[in-house]
Amino acid sequence: MVVFQKPHALTDAPFHYCPGCTHGIIHRLVAEVIDELGIEGKTIGIAPVGCSVMAYNYFNCDMIEAAHGRAPAVATGVKRANPENIVFTYQGDGDLASIGMAETVHSAARNENITVIFINNAIYGMTGGQMAPTSLPGQVTQTSPYGRDVKACGYPIRVCEMLSELEGPEYLERVTVNSVPNIRKAKKAIRKAFQNQIEGKGFSLIEVISSCPTNWGMTPQAALKWIDDKMIPYYPLGVYKDRSAQKEEAK
Amino acid sequence: MSKLTFNTDNCKGCGLCVDACPKHILRLATDKINKKGHHPAEIIDQAACIACACCALMCPDVIITVEK
Ligand SMILES: Cc1ncc(C[n+]2csc(CCOP(=O)(O)OP(=O)(O)O)c2C)c(N)n1
Ligand code: SF4
Ligand code: SF4
Ligand code: SF4
Ligand SMILES: [Mg+2]
Repeated sequence: MVVFQKPHALTDAPFHYCPGCTHGIIHRLVAEVIDELGIEGKTIGIAPVGCSVMAYNYFNCDMIEAAHGRAPAVATGVKRANPENIVFTYQGDGDLASIGMAETVHSAARNENITVIFINNAIYGMTGGQMAPTSLPGQVTQTSPYGRDVKACGYPIRVCEMLSELEGPEYLERVTVNSVPNIRKAKKAIRKAFQNQIEGKGFSLIEVISSCPTNWGMTPQAALKWIDDKMIPYYPLGVYKDRSAQKEEAK
Repeated sequence: MSKLTFNTDNCKGCGLCVDACPKHILRLATDKINKKGHHPAEIIDQAACIACACCALMCPDVIITVEK
């Protein structure tokens, strides 16, 4: 009996990610959810600009490549024109919280019925490790060689907390994939984000705290520990908004 | 009897599966090198494997298949 195998919604193309980069784990979780919900034939993914720019090679469903940060705008158009399809975006923190911040905030405010998978690795991975809007105070990057100075560069943006102040979004949760139990929880969250769309509930965003061993300058193992030691304290895991649950409670 | 299969050509030798295994029966084969130039993961003691799939859940490159 097969206990674990590569999900059908992933192609056979080997990932180009660096050794130990958790982008691959998150791809797999999305694909497993697509398999379990039986939606591969009607799912359309929107790939970002960033290390996951070639995500369109890895998912077996239809994929579109968006301009940097514009994935939620593309997803909005696709979903509104084809409401029977399931539409998700897969975006890094530079893509979603920097150049694409307007698209993120407004698609959430409009409660677009889409699923956003947001990979927060506190860095611009693809371009060689520049400071991102999510880089931690004091974090050394290519463009903050003495550590992020919050007086000059401002404070890192907590996307889930910020969006939770909007009336619009249906579901916001932050998870991570640095251990087996956390991977199981992340999958549950991603599944819920797709299920919400199937039920027509609206905008669901899952922020996944992910590693970038290469640009953090660490081994894959040390990077997973750095998530626990440095990332989680600034970016606490949990559900930041669940409108359906709130409505149930109010009854 | 459990069975672990690695798509060894695509292993990046990151070692995350090695740390995830509760039975400590995985290692990087330092005497081998794959096409990508990495020391691939291998199982030392198949009989001790409990088919929990922790290794496969942790593998970023999705190259492990677990059967029992
Ligand atoms: C319009 C435009 N501006 C800037 C870039 C350069 N660029 C490519 S990827 C990237 C940031 C990627 O960071 P992130 O979204 O966090 O993804 P990661 O690589 O970390 O997964 C930038 C600024 C670009 N490709 N297009
Ligand atoms: S640069 Fe960082 S985010 Fe990009 S593939 Fe490598 S480890 Fe992953
Ligand atoms: S299935 Fe479980 S016991 Fe077997 S090698 Fe993988 S982690 Fe170890
Ligand atoms: S986690 Fe996967 S890629 Fe990394 S060493 Fe193990 S089998 Fe190879
Ligand atoms: Mg990033």
